[in-house]
Amino acid sequence: MSIYLDHNATTPVDDRVVDAMLPYLKGGYGNPSSGHRFGRESQQAIQCARERVAALIGVQPAQVVFTSGGTEANNLALKGVMALAGENSGLVVSAIEHSSVLQPATALQAAGCPLAVAGVDGDGKVKSDAFEQAVSKKNVALASVMLANNETGVVQDIAQLSEVARTHGVRMHTDAVQALGKLDIDFSALGVAAMSLSAHKIYGPKGVGALVVEKGLRLQPMLHGGVHEAGLRAGTENVAGIVGFGMAAELMQSGLIQRTDHCERLRQRVEQALLKMAHVVVFSRQVTRLSNTLFFAVKGIEGATLLMSLDRDGIAVSSGSACTSGSGKPSHVLLAMGVEEGLAHGAIRVSFGSRNTVEEVDLLISSLQRQIKSLLKLNSGWA
Amino acid sequence: MSKSERVPVYLDYAATTPADPRVAEKMMACLTMDGDFGNPASRSHIFGWKADEDVKIARGHVAALVNADPREIVWTSGATESDNLAIKGVAHFYRKKGKHIITCKTEHKAVLDTCRQLEREGYEVTYLDVESSGLINMKVLEEAIREDTILISIMHVNNETGVVQDIAAIGELARNKGVIFHCDAAQSAGKIEIDLEKMKVDLMSFSAHKIYGPKGIGALYVRRKPRIRIEAQMHGGGHERGMRSGTLAVHQIVGMGEAFRIAKEEMAAESARLLALRERLMNGFSDMEEIYVNGDLSHHVAGVLNISFNFVEGESLIMALKDIAVSSGSACTSASLEPSYVLRALGREDELAHSSIRFSLGRFTTEADVDYTIELVRKKVEKLRELSPLWEMYKDGVDLSKVQWAAH
Amino acid sequence: MAYSDKVMDHYENPRNVGSFDKDDSAVGTGMVGAPACGDVMKLQIKVSDDGVIEDARFKTYGCGSAIASSSLLTEWVKGKTLQQASEIKNTELAEELALPPVKVHCSVLAEDAIKAAIEDYNSKGGAAAEAAEKAADGS
Repeated sequence: MSIYLDHNATTPVDDRVVDAMLPYLKGGYGNPSSGHRFGRESQQAIQCARERVAALIGVQPAQVVFTSGGTEANNLALKGVMALAGENSGLVVSAIEHSSVLQPATALQAAGCPLAVAGVDGDGKVKSDAFEQAVSKKNVALASVMLANNETGVVQDIAQLSEVARTHGVRMHTDAVQALGKLDIDFSALGVAAMSLSAHKIYGPKGVGALVVEKGLRLQPMLHGGVHEAGLRAGTENVAGIVGFGMAAELMQSGLIQRTDHCERLRQRVEQALLKMAHVVVFSRQVTRLSNTLFFAVKGIEGATLLMSLDRDGIAVSSGSACTSGSGKPSHVLLAMGVEEGLAHGAIRVSFGSRNTVEEVDLLISSLQRQIKSLLKLNSGWA
Repeated sequence: MSKSERVPVYLDYAATTPADPRVAEKMMACLTMDGDFGNPASRSHIFGWKADEDVKIARGHVAALVNADPREIVWTSGATESDNLAIKGVAHFYRKKGKHIITCKTEHKAVLDTCRQLEREGYEVTYLDVESSGLINMKVLEEAIREDTILISIMHVNNETGVVQDIAAIGELARNKGVIFHCDAAQSAGKIEIDLEKMKVDLMSFSAHKIYGPKGIGALYVRRKPRIRIEAQMHGGGHERGMRSGTLAVHQIVGMGEAFRIAKEEMAAESARLLALRERLMNGFSDMEEIYVNGDLSHHVAGVLNISFNFVEGESLIMALKDIAVSSGSACTSASLEPSYVLRALGREDELAHSSIRFSLGRFTTEADVDYTIELVRKKVEKLRELSPLWEMYKDGVDLSKVQWAAH
Repeated sequence: MAYSDKVMDHYENPRNVGSFDKDDSAVGTGMVGAPACGDVMKLQIKVSDDGVIEDARFKTYGCGSAIASSSLLTEWVKGKTLQQASEIKNTELAEELALPPVKVHCSVLAEDAIKAAIEDYNSKGGAAAEAAEKAADGS
């Protein structure tokens, strides 16, 4: 049996979530737009899920726009706001955003939108002076900074950045896909105009997410063809998926401290072991991180090689973002932090989940110790 | 009244279908810790590889149903996204070549609203009329093609009437003229034969939930030979060869694959069975006064029957028929008071468009369901006609078209 | 669309369905709406010599809310004087039936129908209409 330590890539669906989805996979099958009983039942199920997702981040249900996932939510936020912002309006993003923010930003730039990228410090925190400088430029309409980074786990001070943005009349969007369920999120306290969420990172199903918007925020829809989601997102609703998202959100409502403490204990155990070894660098240790995320590299060892060795031991971790895995490129997050390319190539991300055990983690530690030792020996042999 | 086993009887399969139990079972195996829950983009471990393999198998099933290459299938969140991606994707990619698009007035909102958006972006769109049969006139289409036409978007089977367009002929014409042809096949895939080796369709939209798969998943066929280019509409990790980013929803994709696999296996037998049921339904109404079939039944998908019951208003009829689930016009506009734009385009007067009911039959419809429906509809139409001042005037020999109605 | 219990009740058991002879001088007929708009209401009142509505009938082509609005109206106008009946407001009907905003136009149509029926009755110069005119002259 393999040990799954890649929860930032995706999570298994909780059994209770599956139970909630099941009636809508099998029995309740109305199209929510239909006026008959089958349709109304689906519509009510969606409404209930909307309330649950809204409650998790402290907003009104009407502020939740369901999408096909975090990527669509990020695309909708950036393109939707910028499309209505008027000509020559500028956009600011941080250098460590997920590709589903960076790529739409690049696409907007290609279409003529002035884009500024705010850099981060060596720990992966957005430099507040660079951010302020970027948002204070003329005509900037939107800034997007993620709440917690998927690779390093670093938590940004969104409330403070939002305030800076607001003083310059700039709206703030935050990608909270990785933070949801791992931090206590209060939409209004963060002062953002929009926030992206995803179900499959919180033990919900893939293929469903949401963009949460502040009241009155005007967005141009990305998908046209019907008045679903208050006209912001056309397409027959993924009823079972949305119901699953609602249930997953409901389950995240309680037990946050237990979950984070559990992950923190597991992480510390691995981290302490790693730090005893030579050549190991743990990233972003000095700043607030998600308690489940551990990002490190071993000098002189290729990440891909170590991943293969761990896989042979039945341990599933990753080299960083799943969405760019296999590309062979070093993490853009580490490069933005000023980590030199050779070391960045060696990066390994371990992301814990609530069901991981101390035993599993000890297997990871012994595997790491063994594999790193032999790989280093191999390297020195070549030298 | 004959007893149907299941009340209310579901006769709205064109709006959505229940997932086949075989589909639900496959999906279940891709959710939890003991199943293939991994992210297919994870290249570093077995969880990701297994998920990737599941996706590959499903892609094969979808491609097989329409005789395409699996590499020509791009997953989306549904037919609405497929339509958006196809139309905007072509328009944006080929904008330097031209800015003229041809579509038809009876298309689904996902096509029409996307075209309207492109008009706001400076494109020009021709919305073709249809004949009273519901078919487009090939000559009219040919005449609409201009030097700067980049795209023709015509659906295969209409969602409201069930009328089948001759997409093979449209494909030939489009190819001859060097125009890209997109076809929304949400209502036809798995119901009538589609062979993309033979048919010259360049882009085709599919939905899972219209053929017993899950909601929230669809696909776009993008032809490789000759190669069709589209500009991505959703940017991110570069999934789906850069055409559509976003974590692949494995259980959804697996569900769609299984639905398409079953459809390929059972399509011939199922459509013969549905045709017999539809004829039974039609025969049950045929002696009623003042009923009108919408759409030409000789160019028609098996499971759909759209009828206008003159002098009875559609919404009140649907209310009266609460023991059967049917729709008046498209589900996506059923909350509005507008008469169906599709029936208007067929040349139906507003009052007949207002009086229409779409019965759509499917895999789990039985003869008993149909018989129950016939009896209920006859009874309720009679009751509502007793209530209808228009019926009274018609019976008194008043020519309703000559009446001066008060503006309101 | 979810309907209120009251709408459902009137829809399932419409009151006073039918027709009077529209040429009867004691009968006022109001026909409003248009088939193309999806609703037509025919409302008829039978008026006594002293100007009281003795009986009412309706036929409606339209949605459930339109049928319920006209059915309720026939109940309300019975026993009322023409003056009282003409003062019935659509908002009262909409409130009683708990009509959602998209269906408020059905109650407007019902109000138009009773006004049209009264007008038709008055235009025929029936007994009560004359009495009403006299009363007006006298004041």
